[in-house]
Amino acid sequence: MKICIKNGRVINPSTKYDKVSDVWIDGKKIISTGKKPAGFIAKKVIDATNQIVCPGFIDLGSYLQEPGYEHKATIASEAKAAAAGGFTSICCMPKTNPVIDTPAVVELIKERARGIATPKIYCIGALTEGLKGQVLAEMSALREIGCVGVSNAREAIQDTVVLKNSLEYAASIDLTVFMSCEDPWLAKGGSMHDGLVSTKKGLVGIPSSAELIALSKVLILVEQTGAKIHFQALSAGRSVKYISDARQKGLPVSCDVSISHVNLCDQDISDYDSNYHVRPPLRSRKDKNALINGLKKGQVDAISPHHEPQDADSKATTFSSSEPGISSYDTFLSLLWALVRNGQLTESRAIDLVSSAPGKALGKGDNGITVGDVADICVFDPNLIWTSHSNNIISRGKNTPFLNREMTGKVTHTIADGQIIYSRS
Amino acid sequence: MGSQNIQLDQTGKLKHFLSIDGLSKDLITTILDHAETFTSVGERSSKKVPILRGKTVVNLFFESSTRTRTTFELAAKRLSADVMNINLESSATKKGESLSDTLKTLEAMQADMFVVRHQDSGAAEFIARQVAQNISVINAGDGSHSHPTQAMLDMFTIRKHKKTFDQLRVAIVGDIAHSRVARSEIHALQILGVPEIRLVGPKTLIPTAVEKLGVRTFNSLESGIDKADVIIMLRLQQERMRSALLPSGREFFNTFGLTKEKLRSAKSDVIVMHPGPINRGVEIDSKVADSPESVILQQVTHGIAVRMAVMSLTMGASVT
Repeated sequence: MKICIKNGRVINPSTKYDKVSDVWIDGKKIISTGKKPAGFIAKKVIDATNQIVCPGFIDLGSYLQEPGYEHKATIASEAKAAAAGGFTSICCMPKTNPVIDTPAVVELIKERARGIATPKIYCIGALTEGLKGQVLAEMSALREIGCVGVSNAREAIQDTVVLKNSLEYAASIDLTVFMSCEDPWLAKGGSMHDGLVSTKKGLVGIPSSAELIALSKVLILVEQTGAKIHFQALSAGRSVKYISDARQKGLPVSCDVSISHVNLCDQDISDYDSNYHVRPPLRSRKDKNALINGLKKGQVDAISPHHEPQDADSKATTFSSSEPGISSYDTFLSLLWALVRNGQLTESRAIDLVSSAPGKALGKGDNGITVGDVADICVFDPNLIWTSHSNNIISRGKNTPFLNREMTGKVTHTIADGQIIYSRS
Repeated sequence: MGSQNIQLDQTGKLKHFLSIDGLSKDLITTILDHAETFTSVGERSSKKVPILRGKTVVNLFFESSTRTRTTFELAAKRLSADVMNINLESSATKKGESLSDTLKTLEAMQADMFVVRHQDSGAAEFIARQVAQNISVINAGDGSHSHPTQAMLDMFTIRKHKKTFDQLRVAIVGDIAHSRVARSEIHALQILGVPEIRLVGPKTLIPTAVEKLGVRTFNSLESGIDKADVIIMLRLQQERMRSALLPSGREFFNTFGLTKEKLRSAKSDVIVMHPGPINRGVEIDSKVADSPESVILQQVTHGIAVRMAVMSLTMGASVT
């Protein structure tokens, strides 16, 4: 479709482009920026006056809950929420039922997304069969069917031999491993960060050492196996240093933080509100600031939603008995832009962290807003004030700590592969 | 919004009793004074007052307990309320019913008060937020978070013996990490103005960053109870040995068990308390448990009066 995005402030971090301009789209591609191509008759004109036009957001791993947990959310419901959140690509974590450890499950997920206007959906396959940490998954077959990487989700591989072999095998077929780090014994029974707040609330804490120990173990094995690792959702400030040291040694590692962990810390947990129950847990203010500092310094590569919708029943109980997870697609842009408004990130850096940078982690190259690029675009109004209610959160999961809060910034249009997949009416 | 907000009504009166944290010194003193008036009720031949006549109190125990449930039951009966005991440990929740659904069912029975014991921290507050406006919730222990009536009866016992709080050195000994009693006591002692609160135990049983609450920690019993006016011993559960926090009950007794000999380092008029049930030979030696310094059985008696006070105050607030 021929689309013209008029009069928006186009920010394309990778080319350091930042000016008010028009963007012209034909078919799947951007065919011009600024000057109208000769004879172009737009079928749809988007007025982006006072809005920002930037590369579409890329999600590095969310829990879409289908197949298996359709009472929480479905691919269709969450793809719609992702589109409304400005995402043009999303990655599905393998923790489904059945687990994404065979090509059939990947096919099923693609099938469920067929016929609806959605972001591009990628699958992250399982690292071990059933995520059980015992037998390697058929990673080669998973790669063939299009998995962008493999992961054991948040299930720890306790047997170090299996862990080493799984990394070695992934390395031999050049698949990126998406890794969550948490020592299962130190985390056992815990539901929040181990600190003064957990002591006061009488909740079992998960110490930062749970992340640091698991992370160190993987880093040592990366040295040995050469596996390419993307660490997901770091929570402890010291993790940033461990990874940046490893990178200086030349190890092929990258990392992201979740949008929740750079906006919230354990002190923000209001009473026992189970909407704050998330894994890894929200850590101390010091940790949060260290993560943000890592984003500034380029030691942390990306910010990702780590969207995990839950049904009301899974949260309508005590903090420790509730299911962990935060529904993040709907509030993502507002929270990203909060970091900009606080002066913690520049506009260009913020956009880079959620578009080009995660794109690189997925091996998708540098897609931006220049002529010839695939038209994956997000248009947002950084000043639009809205209040999040359970009835205007598009995700089926209403489990966000930001429920009933005034938010600033809202996506107005999302275009993926040259198609409008979301338009705010 | 803190839990203290939901336990008070708009006029600052008690509506629920969920935690000590956030209560004023005045309110705590009011509860203690009320309890004082109720102590005489138990000494009469007819042990009833008609304060809660016609009211229904539901003891909602998701975790088993004999003494707390019994004293709450006795307190409610002495106030002339109708009492229903529901042991949910073996009931509906085990059959998969959600906590919210259980509450709705019980509300439909038109109860006026829930006395709640639950294994999860924050459970009483969760329930207080869920129930209908006219229902009061009393926390009879939630996870490792809070056991406010136990702390109140301990304050009552301390006041009986020491009259004032502002010169005291109080040592709490044992498994602080898993103790809701210790957490509630720390808040209560601080609000009442106790200048020195000491937590005594091995590092594995002292919770993270607890010094930031304004208490001192000690890893040896002798130095921890040195010149103490009050020693509160906590119950040690066998579970702690299984989860590798301690080597054995014997080793714990040798290091942190309160014996007559070790008690000498405390003040001569020290009182020894314990929330019960006691493990003789684990945290406390029989000679201490049965000594004149021990006020353990008085605590039980005071528990009834204190619970009568809390129940009548919360119900008073919800009636007006």
